[in-house]
Formats: sequence, structure tokens, C-alpha cells
Amino acid sequence: MQDRPTALELLAAVREFLEADVVPALGGRRRFHALVAANVLGIVERELRSEEEALAAEWRRLAALLGDEGPAPAGTAALRAAVRGLTAALADRIRAGEADAGPFAAAVRAHVRWAVVEKLRVAKGG
Amino acid sequence: MAGGASRESWAFTVGGERLVLRRDPPGHVIESSRRREFALIEAAAAAGVPVPRVRWCEDDSAVLGTAFFVMDFVPGETIGRRILRDPALAPARAALPEQLAGAAARIHAMPLGALGAEPAAVASPAAAELERYESIYRAIAPDPHPALELGLRWLAARAPRRARQALVHGDFRLGNVIVGPEGLRAVIDWELAHTGDPMEDLGWLCVRSWRFGAEPPVAGLCERERLFAAYERAGGGPVDPAVVRWWEAFGNLKWAVICIMQAQTFLGGVKNVELASLGRRVAEVELELLDLMEE
Repeated sequence: MQDRPTALELLAAVREFLEADVVPALGGRRRFHALVAANVLGIVERELRSEEEALAAEWRRLAALLGDEGPAPAGTAALRAAVRGLTAALADRIRAGEADAGPFAAAVRAHVRWAVVEKLRVAKGG
Repeated sequence: MAGGASRESWAFTVGGERLVLRRDPPGHVIESSRRREFALIEAAAAAGVPVPRVRWCEDDSAVLGTAFFVMDFVPGETIGRRILRDPALAPARAALPEQLAGAAARIHAMPLGALGAEPAAVASPAAAELERYESIYRAIAPDPHPALELGLRWLAARAPRRARQALVHGDFRLGNVIVGPEGLRAVIDWELAHTGDPMEDLGWLCVRSWRFGAEPPVAGLCERERLFAAYERAGGGPVDPAVVRWWEAFGNLKWAVICIMQAQTFLGGVKNVELASLGRRVAEVELELLDLMEE
């Protein structure tokens, strides 16, 4: 157990410092890179805030889509590995032409869109 | 100079002349030749394309760490976001659609020999480019990308079978042009030029990322019809909007693969926060590709 501020609070403090003090004081390429750095910290904040729930939701959808029975993996690391494995299996099936047409194609498109929007929620916020 | 995650440009003054030195940052994974880019810019000038005058090319990497060339400094704006918003550039925005169309038509009339030793022309440049970017993607992507797999299947099923072969700029968009208040001053960044379907450059100009948040589909500047009509008037040849649309969708796939490449450069040890951040830009390009597949 670590003391306050939490990891998220520390990240927000550094991001706000970059935005309020560093970016306005710089010019050219360094200013641009400082802006990018502040945006990157925002991505990390959004990812940490929701990572385990997001992975669990993605696992449930992938397991249903691919007919993968069994209990959900416990813990963030196991979930991440399982989601990665199922996503790789989905990519292989699309590549093999299984999602070109038919009901599976529609379900795959719906899932892929959901997963991309989920990545965007973290990458861009909102 | 700001802009450009894959090459460095340095402005300097010697004997009262303002010049620009362009080189590869050491350790970069995207290989291209500065000698070839130097020769291409010379050929573009001869073909009437507005370009900076090139001065000198150094192949020996012992001189500055990597190969480089020197060209004249062309003053003006290169940042796409500012070209689309700076009040002083309003006249440029009015003139740019026709000027870009004219520059594209002249580029596509350049002799293929300007590319140096290029592979022989293929029947379907679309299928060939798709295959090229698919193999890059297969070789480098650290994560599975179901959206890109869907895009690859969709694009392969619809790739235009034949095309006029021309010299294609390969990165024709705001960000790679220098703009003054009166409009287009120079087309730069020729490193991705190749033999291909000229419609590739028009499709790339329509990719959503190159609208920099503005609404109009062509570079955030105008509707597609205006670009196509101006291109035909400038002698660029007939435009099939469906073919340009394919190249626009392909352009999104290509940009996603390039973002993954840039992130790979970072993961390979080049510690640059912009390269790192591009790995997380893939999602927005994937969403655009999915949207184009729905149309």
C-alpha cells in the first residue's frame, strides 16, 4: 500500500505541470513534443482508471464471439494475456476469410468496432 | 525545423543564403535514399512542379552521421492545422485546391526514369501496394489488429485491376507542402515517391487524418468533385471517383501501418515521445477504415 497521492494523482500533477508551465515556455519542436508528452500522460491516466473492467468486458465479448467456454481469468495480467490470445485468434479467422460474409461476419464487425471505440476512448478521451 | 517524425530538416544560413539540410535521424527503421530524393526534386523542378531548388547531396555518412542533401529554404507554412486555420492564409485556402490538382497533374506527367532503378510496372498497382503494406504489417506489428485484417480482406476484394502507370509522389498532402498567403510554394518530402496509379495521390489527399480536424474531405479544403475537375482541367487525365475512393480507404490502412512502424521505431530503442504516441493513433485510423467499409 502506497501513500497518497495515488499513481493517477501523480500522473495528473505531472500532466498539468506540462500543460500549464512547460508548453507555454517552449517553442518549435520542443513545445510540440511537450504537448505530445502531456497527451501521452492523459492516455495513461485513462487507461489506468479503467483497465481491469475494460479488459474483463472485452474478454466476455470475445469469449462469446469465438465460443470460448470457461471462467474469466482472474487479475489484470491474466486478463490481458487472455484478451490478447483471443484477439490474435480472431485476427487469424478474419485473415482465413471466415468473416467475409454471413452472420459471423456481422458479429465480428460489431465486436471489432466496439473494441476500436474502446481503444479510442483511452487514446483520445470522451 | 518542426514536423516530420521520420526525417530531420535543419535550417541554416551561409553567405547570406538561407538553406535547409535534410537527413535521416540515426537509427531509423524506415530506409530511403537521400540521393534518390535529391534527383527526384531536380526532375520535379524540370517538370514544372513547384519545389525548393536542390543544391548538394552527400552520400558519405562519415560526414554528418547519415546521408543528407541541401536545398534552398522556402519560407511559408507547412503545419497542416495552421494552413487550415491561419486568417492570413485565407487566400491560400481558396487557391490551394486548383494548385494542388495542378501540381499532382504535373507530378504524374514526370518521366518514370526520375525514380532511378524502380521495379518493373505491374498490372495492378493497387494490388501490389496492398501486398506491400500487408507484408510490412505482418513483419512488424507487435499486436493483433482485427480491424486491419478486416480492411485487408475488404481492400483485396475490391482492388482496381488496371491503372495508368505514373510517377506518384506517395505522401501528397498538407504537411508536405509549403504554403504562403498566395498559395502553394513548394511540394516537399519526396522520399515515398514510386511508380503507381496516379489516383493513389488523390486518394491520399482525402484521408481523414490529413483534414486536420476540418470538415471538407480533400485536405480539409474542398469537396472531392472540385479536386477531380481541376485535376482533369490541368491535364491529369480522367478521374474515376470509385477508384479514388479505394485509394482513400487503402490510405487509411497504409497510415495505420505507418503509425505502427513509427511506434516500432520507438520500441526498437529510438526514445522519441512523438514516435511512441503514434502507436495509440492507430485506433482512430482503424475506426475511419471501418466507416469507409460501411459505405
